[in-house]
Amino acid sequence: MLSLTRLKSAKTAIVLWLIFILACIGIISHSSFSADLSAFLPRSPTAEQQLLMDQLRDGLVSRLILVGIEGADEVSRARISKAVTQQLRNNPAFVSVNNGEPVNTERDRAYLFNNRYLLSEIVTPERFSVSGLHAAIGDSIDLLVSPAGLLVKSLLPHDPTGEMVQLLQQLDNGHHPQLLDGAWASQDGKTALLLLQTRASGSDTDAQKQAMQIIQQAFSQASTATSATFEMTGPGVFSVTARDSIKKQVRLIFIISSLLIALLLYLLYRSLSALLLGLLPVMTGVLAGIASVSLGFGVVHGITLGFGTALIGEAVDYSIYLFMQSEQGRQTEASRQHWIQQSWPTVRLGVLTSVFGFASLLISGFPGLAQLGLYAITGLLAAAAMTRFVLPYLLPSDFRIQDVSHIDQWLSRQAKRVRALKAYVLVLVLAACTIIYSHRANLWNHELASLSPISAVDQALDKRLRSNMGAPDVRYLVVVSGDSQESVLEAAEHTSVPLQALVEQGLLASFESPARYLPSLNSQRARQASLPANEVLSARLVQAVEGLPVNANRFTPFLADVAAIREQPLLQRADLEHTSMAMAADALLIHKDQHWSALLPLTAPEGSEIDADSIRSALSKNAGAGALFVDLKAESNKLYSTYLNEAIVLSLLGLLAIIVLLLVVLRSASRVGRIIMPLAAAVITVTAGLALCGVQLIILHLIGLLLVVAIGSNYALFFDQAYVMPKMAPCTFASLLFANIATVIGFGLLGFSTVPVLQAMGMTVAPGVILALVFSAIFARRNHAHTD
Amino acid sequence: MSHNSPSLLRLLASAAMVCSLTMSVAGAKAAEVEAGWSIDQLMRTLAKNHNGYAHFVEKKSIAMLDQPVESSGELFYTAPDHLEKRTLKPKLETMILDGRTLTLERGKQKHRLQLQDYPEIAAFIDSIRGTLAGDSKALQQTYQLSLQGDAQDWTLLLLPIDAKMKKIVQSIRINGANGDLRTIQITQADGDSSVMTIEKITTP
Repeated sequence: MLSLTRLKSAKTAIVLWLIFILACIGIISHSSFSADLSAFLPRSPTAEQQLLMDQLRDGLVSRLILVGIEGADEVSRARISKAVTQQLRNNPAFVSVNNGEPVNTERDRAYLFNNRYLLSEIVTPERFSVSGLHAAIGDSIDLLVSPAGLLVKSLLPHDPTGEMVQLLQQLDNGHHPQLLDGAWASQDGKTALLLLQTRASGSDTDAQKQAMQIIQQAFSQASTATSATFEMTGPGVFSVTARDSIKKQVRLIFIISSLLIALLLYLLYRSLSALLLGLLPVMTGVLAGIASVSLGFGVVHGITLGFGTALIGEAVDYSIYLFMQSEQGRQTEASRQHWIQQSWPTVRLGVLTSVFGFASLLISGFPGLAQLGLYAITGLLAAAAMTRFVLPYLLPSDFRIQDVSHIDQWLSRQAKRVRALKAYVLVLVLAACTIIYSHRANLWNHELASLSPISAVDQALDKRLRSNMGAPDVRYLVVVSGDSQESVLEAAEHTSVPLQALVEQGLLASFESPARYLPSLNSQRARQASLPANEVLSARLVQAVEGLPVNANRFTPFLADVAAIREQPLLQRADLEHTSMAMAADALLIHKDQHWSALLPLTAPEGSEIDADSIRSALSKNAGAGALFVDLKAESNKLYSTYLNEAIVLSLLGLLAIIVLLLVVLRSASRVGRIIMPLAAAVITVTAGLALCGVQLIILHLIGLLLVVAIGSNYALFFDQAYVMPKMAPCTFASLLFANIATVIGFGLLGFSTVPVLQAMGMTVAPGVILALVFSAIFARRNHAHTD
Repeated sequence: MSHNSPSLLRLLASAAMVCSLTMSVAGAKAAEVEAGWSIDQLMRTLAKNHNGYAHFVEKKSIAMLDQPVESSGELFYTAPDHLEKRTLKPKLETMILDGRTLTLERGKQKHRLQLQDYPEIAAFIDSIRGTLAGDSKALQQTYQLSLQGDAQDWTLLLLPIDAKMKKIVQSIRINGANGDLRTIQITQADGDSSVMTIEKITTP
């Protein structure tokens, strides 16, 4: 009768578990995976942060791809550059492809020249008065006789006031790579350079990957029979390579750690069925983890998956405990029931401490952390529940694993012996504290970039190509917002006034504004109205050239041009089409639903940084425009610091939650102290070790430390149980050792990853859990029942 | 060997001068030196100029303007690619050619031009810098060079090779003595012309 209900509940458990697994697989098959910085962007951003996020996701800078062609000789490189450019220009995947060849120049010049009196900021009624014309023409003559005279000679009859020169100068941002054989080249001349802007945003990783493939193909075609090589960089390229490398590495680490753990389990159990059954809780945990993150966040980050593979090492512990701590040699129903009574409470408490530790991460405003927290909690709960409620029913009646009690006995003797080392550990911890204290200034890395999934090599390449290209490194921005294109263009023009003053004071090198390419309609109207009627202008002109070595007759084309522009319709966005200024205007004008913003990127004076306060105060005097000054780098570092502080607080909260849980369950402060002590010692020692190795801690190290506590608490709990229980479960020591090895394998492999955040976690957890086990043994109290 | 040749050249040149003055066996010796005074040697002599400081007077005739414009000021040159022209009269104006950037400063106005954006003008301006630097390779990319006279009084004629340049400049005639430039005469394709007279102030 009893066994029949047992059979029924067994069936129910297995069926429920299978349904659960299928549901998880269903969810995962519809999940999307990402590898960009998005997981590290805040869930509820401030205005500045929102701007930062938009820029990172699909701002102009996020769409840039820099290409460097190296090897072969200068002529071949330039030829390849031109061939690639020509091919890519026809490809709709790219908004612009630039290698220094003048393509848009003619159109650009035509746009500027034909509309010069609408575009030039210095067109005012005064400029077209007699004295204004006199001064302007005088300047133009000076320029004509100067070494740059050739530039203006042909323009002078049309443009005696020099508006064109004015415009060209305004638009020149001063950054130009040199031309070698008609194509851009690096400073040392050894790399041909191209700058591409993709149509797709930088966060559209699939489209970016496609763009990269197109570039790759064009290069392969153009470079046949040469020894030229080619490199690409840019935010989009980064997300593609990061995704690929995370994918590849996570897969590789998953395979290797699975194989190693399987090998370990096989050596341990000497039973294929035990091995496979032992992996079932792991599989359950991994699936549950991914599925829950997918449900909770809509997208699973690659880092979460990497973390998940490492967690295999911990999830496998539960089945190790079940198999090994059940009475050896008598793997019967009864012995497993006995395990459930004797050891399960300890395992359960271990799981709960982990869950409590990670629960605090769930409330993080940093989606990356919250994902890890959710993954860990559901993964561990699912694995443990599977081990407890399903796995025992799946074990065949003749289930049997190798007897390792001899190892256990040996370990038990060692465990007693190491207790003598307690004093040494205390000295070690003291030394570690000193090291941490002396490194306190550089202990933490405060840059958001430290979270970037990009390897140091790629970052160095990016920096090199970028500085060679003089590519926009948009760091400082002034942003104005409004409800229409016209309103933000007007606001941009208002904001230009104090910014221009700052340029003249030398506090800024230059700034950009979309209104330079497309002035507001109001400004255009005002400029048009500044132009005098033909007969007025021609009369003034005669007076204006008095005293100048030039005859007014020469300026007949000028009169005609002014007359034409007076009648001309005002410029619209569409007029910019097919010029290189269209791209600039689009990049600087952001349109989102009913909301418009104009960006005015600032360039710092050479060799110095921008003084944020002077910009802010200059802007505040010009209130009304509602201009917002943003230092994207400071903003991103501030953002990261918030995360870091938040992560520290959350980790401490997690620790507190663990302590409270233990206090509630164990009802003994001294026991809790004994459990926490070895864990704290492990955390301190690992931190000091990292500091000694010159590693600056990032958030993922912190999460690693939290994991050390969460995993290590299992060990400490078993040693604690050994003290209070009259008789320990069999093979406790051996099971702890093998559980530990499995964990070290799982996380240790992450330490070899080239993805910095994964590596950080691996290099913290692997040594940490070893120390946690050893220290737990050392700090364990002598068991009355077990004294020899 | 190439390192020593310019000084050897000067020695030869001064020797030639002495010879012509003393009129002894002048014919044979002078012919020998003249035959050896090639563009190559001129360029090597010029390349010896690491820096220079000179007065200039420039007279420009521009069709657009009713009368020629005269200006004067100072020239500074630092090898290999820094040329500064400081006009003091009639108006203060500074032109700095540094690498590939041309900066013009007049009163409050400051123009910064990238030479590569204006290839023809770059070649035009570079003819002077190329001559100062003795960079025959750079000059020969754009111009056909021919040399007349001897070391004490040479005239280098630069004629543009390609059609684009021909549309801008007709000829550049540079006159000098040894490593020093004395006049630069530029005739533009449209007939505008300029003559710059240079007077060296100190020898580096």
